[in-house]
Amino acid sequence: MSLSLRRLAALCRKESYQIVRDPSSILIAFVLPVLLLFIYGYGINLDANRVRLGIVQQDGGVEASRFVQTLQASPYIAASLSNSETAMRQQLQLGSVRGVVILRSDFSAKVRQGQGVAAIQLLTDGAEPNTANFVASYVQGVWQLWQAQRLPGQAEPAGLTLQARYWFNPTTVSRNYLVPGSISVIMTIIGALLTSLVVAREWERGTMEALLSTPVTRAELLLSKIIPYYLLGMAAMAMCVLVATLVMGVPLRGSLWVLFLVTSLFLGSALGLGLLLSTTTRNQFIAAQFALTAAFLPAIMLSGFVFEIRSMPLAVQAVTYLIPARYFVSALQTLFQAGEIWPVLLINLLFLLLSAAFWLGLTAWRTPRRLDGN
Amino acid sequence: MNPAMTASTDAIAIRLQAVSHAFAGRPALCELSADIRRGVITGLVGPDGAGKTTLMRLMAGLLKASAGSICVEGLDPVSAGDTLRLQLGYMPQKFGLYEDLTVLENLRLYADLRGVTGQARADSFERLLAFTDLARFTDRLAGKLSGGMKQKLGLACTLLGSPRILLLDEPCVGVDPISRRELWRMVSSLADGGMAVLWSTSYLDEAELCGEVLLMHEGRLQYSGSPQALMDSMQGRSLLLQDIVGNRRQVLQRALRSPAVIDGALQGHAVRLVLREAGVLPDLASLQAGPDASLQRVKPRLEDAFIDLLGGGPGGDSPLTEHMPAARLPDGVDAEAVIVAEQLTRRFGDFVATDHVDFRIRRGEIFGLLGPNGAGKSTTFKMMCGLLPVSSGEARVMGLDLKKSASQARQQIGYMAQKFALYGNLSVAQNLGFFAGIYGLSGASQRAAVADMVRVFGLQPFLAMNAGELPLGFKQRLALSCALMHQPPLLFLDEPTSGVDPVSRREFWSHINGLVDKGVTVMVTTHFMDEAEYCDRIGLVYRGRMIAAGTPDALKAMVASAELPDPSMEDAFIALVERDDRQREAT
Amino acid sequence: MWQRLFTLIRKEMQALLRSPQSRRLLIAPVLLQLLLFPFAATLEVKNSTLAVFNQDGGAASIELVQRLAATQAFPQVLMLHSQQEMQQVIDRQQALLAISLPQDLSRKLAAGQSVAAQAIIDGRRSNSAQIAYGYALQVIQQFAAERSHQLPPAKLVVQNLYNPNLEYRWFVLPSLVAIITTIGCLMVTALSLAREREEGTFEQLLVSPLTPGYIMAGKALPGMLVALVQGCIIAAAAVWVYHVPFSGTVGLLIVSMLCYGLSLVGFGLLISALSSNQQQAFLGSFAFMSPAVILSGYMAPVENMPLPLRLVSAVDPLSHFIIIVKGIFLKGYGFAEAWPQLWPLLAIAASTLALAYLMFLRRSH
Repeated sequence: MSLSLRRLAALCRKESYQIVRDPSSILIAFVLPVLLLFIYGYGINLDANRVRLGIVQQDGGVEASRFVQTLQASPYIAASLSNSETAMRQQLQLGSVRGVVILRSDFSAKVRQGQGVAAIQLLTDGAEPNTANFVASYVQGVWQLWQAQRLPGQAEPAGLTLQARYWFNPTTVSRNYLVPGSISVIMTIIGALLTSLVVAREWERGTMEALLSTPVTRAELLLSKIIPYYLLGMAAMAMCVLVATLVMGVPLRGSLWVLFLVTSLFLGSALGLGLLLSTTTRNQFIAAQFALTAAFLPAIMLSGFVFEIRSMPLAVQAVTYLIPARYFVSALQTLFQAGEIWPVLLINLLFLLLSAAFWLGLTAWRTPRRLDGN
Repeated sequence: MNPAMTASTDAIAIRLQAVSHAFAGRPALCELSADIRRGVITGLVGPDGAGKTTLMRLMAGLLKASAGSICVEGLDPVSAGDTLRLQLGYMPQKFGLYEDLTVLENLRLYADLRGVTGQARADSFERLLAFTDLARFTDRLAGKLSGGMKQKLGLACTLLGSPRILLLDEPCVGVDPISRRELWRMVSSLADGGMAVLWSTSYLDEAELCGEVLLMHEGRLQYSGSPQALMDSMQGRSLLLQDIVGNRRQVLQRALRSPAVIDGALQGHAVRLVLREAGVLPDLASLQAGPDASLQRVKPRLEDAFIDLLGGGPGGDSPLTEHMPAARLPDGVDAEAVIVAEQLTRRFGDFVATDHVDFRIRRGEIFGLLGPNGAGKSTTFKMMCGLLPVSSGEARVMGLDLKKSASQARQQIGYMAQKFALYGNLSVAQNLGFFAGIYGLSGASQRAAVADMVRVFGLQPFLAMNAGELPLGFKQRLALSCALMHQPPLLFLDEPTSGVDPVSRREFWSHINGLVDKGVTVMVTTHFMDEAEYCDRIGLVYRGRMIAAGTPDALKAMVASAELPDPSMEDAFIALVERDDRQREAT
Repeated sequence: MWQRLFTLIRKEMQALLRSPQSRRLLIAPVLLQLLLFPFAATLEVKNSTLAVFNQDGGAASIELVQRLAATQAFPQVLMLHSQQEMQQVIDRQQALLAISLPQDLSRKLAAGQSVAAQAIIDGRRSNSAQIAYGYALQVIQQFAAERSHQLPPAKLVVQNLYNPNLEYRWFVLPSLVAIITTIGCLMVTALSLAREREEGTFEQLLVSPLTPGYIMAGKALPGMLVALVQGCIIAAAAVWVYHVPFSGTVGLLIVSMLCYGLSLVGFGLLISALSSNQQQAFLGSFAFMSPAVILSGYMAPVENMPLPLRLVSAVDPLSHFIIIVKGIFLKGYGFAEAWPQLWPLLAIAASTLALAYLMFLRRSH
């Protein structure tokens, strides 16, 4: 395959004009990424701080009041009081509270009675399992605190405690790992979704036939699609990194050149997949639908960005090995929060390289020089 | 060096030997052998689906032939494609311009791709921009150009780099007569310089000028040789019926019923006929053309020979005539002014696309809008059928403004768009059902209307096929049947026969003639001058203004002179436009 | 005029269903997502690896490790031999959580003294890690409680309503009803109008007796139909394949699907009115869809978001619809409970449709 720089430059220039003049590609490459970063960074807060909790206090006794006071003092709980259980259950059904603590009228009496017959009832909203778990553990925390406070003099509860130290992200800010993960989603959008349209568009509008009749070679054709979108992806990446670190305060502990390398390899496979779909379907609508199903949704669902891969059934885990975003997410999370941990990075780099070679190779092989296939 | 390479200095540039091609088992080309010479323009003619585009794509190396050998400049177009493409210019039928690039950027792109740089580039840009008259629009986005201008730009892009072989697939679809003539001049000067040019066209007056023609039909080569020889074989078979009194359309219809006549067309007030056999004339009396009518021999045209080779024209009787009821206008509509434009003006920013245009069209009249590309013809047309709002003045159809009027008024019109706007991914039957439905036909009446159209237009074999896959001629039939489903008294046709072969065009006009006899009023835009001859009156639009209006014969008379006593419609068109240019410069 | 509307809808459905390829495109992604996502989309922590550095080796510590290994979260336990190794396994993501048990653990426990174990947690994935830590903590507290001889003054009895075992799938499937239909419906509505514009058939419609209102309705209803059919497929799969309880009424589900469909086609038509070709329509719908899904409350509860995003979420039809679907499936919603979410849907639909209609009038001139 011969390559003429003049022709390649001309084609790249054309592609860039098309990108710059189409408001939708600017929207996707620069507006949507920032939007998504902010939404992921601030919108997704899995830690459920300050859950809304309803308290039904049917007992006016000291023990009950103390427990309620402890609940109300918790920084994680926004409590609302009522004495009607029916009303509170209704609130729970409507989702305006995520849990209800019920203290029956004989609560204080039973506590005084001892022998552990007293019960604090906690109803959670099982329709939100994650939140329900948080509600339960917050209330449990309050319950322990309440017990400790009832035994004055004993500074520390007896028995076994577990002291937690979070590495890389001591304050457990979800943003710190969701933002690097969402960068992988953004790169998938630019790499695969945007490019799934570009070759199909040339077929639909008839420009491909005119191009194929000029001395353009296959390599030029392919490179002229890859280079501009690679640069666009890199520009978006640079913007994302700047916004993430400077505006959103996400740490970046790895070096920029490794980040550059990882992103390049990932973009290689995303571009390869997008162009392959576009080249083989020759139809924008179908290519876009495929890209959505084959690249975008897996990047969200199967990349380990929000949902833990190890928790998935084995068959689904096997599928994730085919998703390049999986390796990219892992590499990004490590690079941003931990820095250069080579055992992790090398494996990811290797798989990203394989995947880029595979998709780009397949695309090069399927890029036609004629109207009827190869 | 390959011995075949040295052969490229031969007079023969392209040699086809027993070339066959099939798409998924469906044969498109069959055992085709021909030589295409350097230094002349070779015309490639044939009805739709004859395999012209397939042949061109094979030569350009865009398809691989199923069998046979193709040798272009001594090279195999597929295996030696990279070498060949440096010497070959190919303009596909739908030349893909990048609509979001400007005129100049498109040119630059193709110049770079074809290796035209430095001074050569500056020179050819200047030459091509002047020729295409696009110099004023270099900064305009290609998507914002009119259809004809896009075509010209596509051609300019193809001509860059002075290829040795030029393959042009219908380069003149949608291009006005003036540009067509200029294009012809330019390409023939290139051919004179030794270039081999293959020019596929459905304009047979163009093919007539070619040094050689290849005539194809159903994937086979029917004739190859000089057009003159073909026309000579028709000697004595072409006649003009003149001085007709009465309805010339009906005269044509009667003439076509005669077994002696294989083809006929209107030519202004006269009727042109082609005989089955020289000397065997139709019975003049039975034509009822009036007492003064006379038959006079005229020079045969390539089109006559073409239709003869295909076994005659489609006949003059449109089954539509029997099917359509007489068109009735709603009460209170003036039959003398069914369609009216008064001081009609449309501005786009500073640019005046249509400038104080006036005309009125009678019931049962065919009114043609002619004009160069970008002259404002389409804008005027779109305002008349309510697709564009009017800046000032009035556009009234049956006394109503379609843009403002209720849907009842729009129920009265039929509209056929330039590109046959059909749902390409629906079947023919589904398209028919849809258009019947949106015009309010339901149940039994819908089924009856659809069945009638299927019968009239012979669509039965295609009912299950996707409309997008139909041959062009059938697409046109389908588009017309969809526009007529609700039997409208008014018909708007926007370049209805663009790119369609002469036989389909004849048939189309026999339908239109039939409709007009039923009182349907027709407004049409066209670039075919023989189509203009079918019009009762013509309005010539240039630079947004109506520079001339009248019957085809009246327009021709306007430009008749000592050196051109019998101008053709095309002559009239060009002379009137040039006259307007001179007047503009004078003031 | 009903008949003309019917014609428009029939045409749209024919275009959608005619080619095997487009039929596949309507169904295949739905089935694929239905097959993968309920298993993939889970915030539970299962099958993780726990690393333990047991410096004690006494009976109590061994029992504790066994108990930790018996949970669903940590089927694999990696035994470590140094503090350094603990660091390494976390760095290399070989374990989500590493616990170090101190030397004198067994002895102090037996003596009733307090003793602290250390946990190192991979903060790169802080959500999973926190959940894993929660599991471990529960096991350890349980273990400690059994050994202490004190009875707590009151038990804490947790009861999860609507979803007693906190099955994540019960949460995911109703949400998928909403999310998957969004993609199908939006694509159909936004792209089909853009395609008509590209192919020139749009002008053919404009010169016909159809009014802009009809043309829009002709685009809107097929989109709603697609949403309804896809939604019903997923709902049926949720009930019969994944055994998610269905406590509401089918009628209410369908009514709310239609309301949701209406609000979606409003956005779809608005996007198509703003775009001039299919590419723009596709990218536009995508730019709408991805924030809409994230802010819908599916990935994280809306109440945790900062105020500006909560406001955006209020005009996100998905966030309302997800509440309704989950309510109908799990919480036995009737019309009265659904209404607080239904009316915003209708309001969103009314305003987007009105806006789309205005844009449409302007564009068709």
